[in-house]
Amino acid sequence: MSDRFTKISRFKDKSFKIFGLFCTFFGLAMLAIFISGILSDGLGRIDWDFITSYPSRIASRAGILSALAGTLWIIVITAMAAIPIGIGAAIYLEEFSRKSKISRIIELNITNLAGVPSVIYGLLGLEIFGRVFGMGGSILAGSLTLALLILPIIIVATREAIKAVPKSLREASFALGASQWQTVKKTVLPAAGSGIITGIIIALSRAIGEAAPLIVVGALAYVPFIPDSPTSEFTVLPIQIFNWVSRPQEAFLVNASAGIIILLGITFLLNSIAVWLRIKRAVRY
Amino acid sequence: MNHLRSIALVLSLGFLASCGGKKDAQPTSDVLKGEVRIDGSSTVYPITEAIAEEFRAVQPEVKVTVGLSGTGGGFKKFTRGEIDINDASRTIKQEEIDAATASKIGYLELKVAYDGLTVVVNPENTFVNDMTVEELKTMWSPEAQGKITKWSQVRAGWPNEEFRLYGAGTESGTYDYFTEAVVGKSHSSRGDYTASEDDNVLVKGISSDKNGLAFFGYAYFEENATKLKAIGIDDGKAENGAGPIKPSVETVKNKTYAPLSRPLYIYVNSTAVMRPEVTEFVRFYLKNAAKLSAEVGFIPMTDAEYQVELDKFEKFIVEHTPSK
Repeated sequence: MSDRFTKISRFKDKSFKIFGLFCTFFGLAMLAIFISGILSDGLGRIDWDFITSYPSRIASRAGILSALAGTLWIIVITAMAAIPIGIGAAIYLEEFSRKSKISRIIELNITNLAGVPSVIYGLLGLEIFGRVFGMGGSILAGSLTLALLILPIIIVATREAIKAVPKSLREASFALGASQWQTVKKTVLPAAGSGIITGIIIALSRAIGEAAPLIVVGALAYVPFIPDSPTSEFTVLPIQIFNWVSRPQEAFLVNASAGIIILLGITFLLNSIAVWLRIKRAVRY
Repeated sequence: MNHLRSIALVLSLGFLASCGGKKDAQPTSDVLKGEVRIDGSSTVYPITEAIAEEFRAVQPEVKVTVGLSGTGGGFKKFTRGEIDINDASRTIKQEEIDAATASKIGYLELKVAYDGLTVVVNPENTFVNDMTVEELKTMWSPEAQGKITKWSQVRAGWPNEEFRLYGAGTESGTYDYFTEAVVGKSHSSRGDYTASEDDNVLVKGISSDKNGLAFFGYAYFEENATKLKAIGIDDGKAENGAGPIKPSVETVKNKTYAPLSRPLYIYVNSTAVMRPEVTEFVRFYLKNAAKLSAEVGFIPMTDAEYQVELDKFEKFIVEHTPSK
């Protein structure tokens, strides 16, 4: 009797393993098909001229210089705004706030915010940063809008990382007479560091792929100059790609693929930095 | 938090790459400076982009920027005075006129080119070669939803097979124009059709659907002419060409392709024309639109028509320049 049960369990075990393997390969295969399609369409189009040219009506002359510059500006300023606020909020919620009803409502809402469609953030950004604060369609207005968009992701990821730090470490720190802030600064944050960085990079990777909220805030499509300050007007890679994809001429679709490769390259680079930092900083207990 | 600092370092490298140098050119009488801010329709965008690109060769110090907010989104900014020029694929609506009046903004409407909204079917479809506006209305009107589903219901003699409709999304000026021309009421049609803001998606849809029918801008048909079949449209009026007429550069230009030929516009802000960089740009626009609009797939107006727009613009400048 028991022999039969073992057989059934083994069979279930095996089939689940195969199912899991299938799921993994399904995701990978889809990604491979997508990337190889994009690469074969666009790789031949990428050269120095493509990276250093402004937009043009002639597909073979058009380039991504202003869009690439805009994307880099946006990453930097979004990071500068979102990282300190996000980590600060997470530390407060995890280490300092008392577990009251209000704090639970705040927590729930932050998680909800992560699911709000990005265009809604665009409308918020247009009204608050663009009009009330008078920033117009500047890099600053766009970056702050994207910072709002990714704040929930950073807060949630940071909190999870802080939660994963063993209680014993904190207790050891307190036992040595450290204050709460000293404990957070010297013990909790360094231990949670790699998790926090992963969250930040995932959040920033999302921000650089956004077009819709930036179009709402007032990002442009044709910008024949490199933005020279945060108050400058700008365009970003996703907007340029979106614009090229909807053109009737086939050659613009090739440009779009080439633009996508560059955008993927930037995301890949960011993720590699995250992985590298994580390996370098990994702490084991 | 050393690792955060290293991120900041890596990011600031990118920052450096994005910092461009400013040029300090002395302004002379010929070299204009300043900014021309344009936003609006994504349909008109390729023309304005082409003009801006060529204008840069003549006036490199003028920063011309073009956005893609759509005709309606552009008018919202235009009527707040946030932009100098709005690209529009339809004329200004009453509520937008009211908004402009409320914020004391004067404007001038200038026609810059034509587009022929093209009705297409799959090349394998042998029975549909032309349609009357009435037949299109039967197909597209809101009442047709769920009731008119087969070709045979549109014209006797067509097969008893179901058709599938494709068209521009309801947010676009293209949709507004098509429904106005065909159904008789702007922004009103059946809802059970495949809508996409990206016309290339519609092209793909029709080229793989034997029973599909779609409408989109002429350029998208022209670029994909082997994969699609454009059909002739009969508006039932003899004075602008009798019988069904197919879209082409000729028939749109001589206005016999009716009622689906639509003009494209730019709207110019009256206070902006006090700035020489804006007036020069608009003049340049009207003088070069014929050549450049054709290059990006639209149908230019006649030289005489451009002259009329230019005269209108010169008069507008005089009216809105304070006398010294």
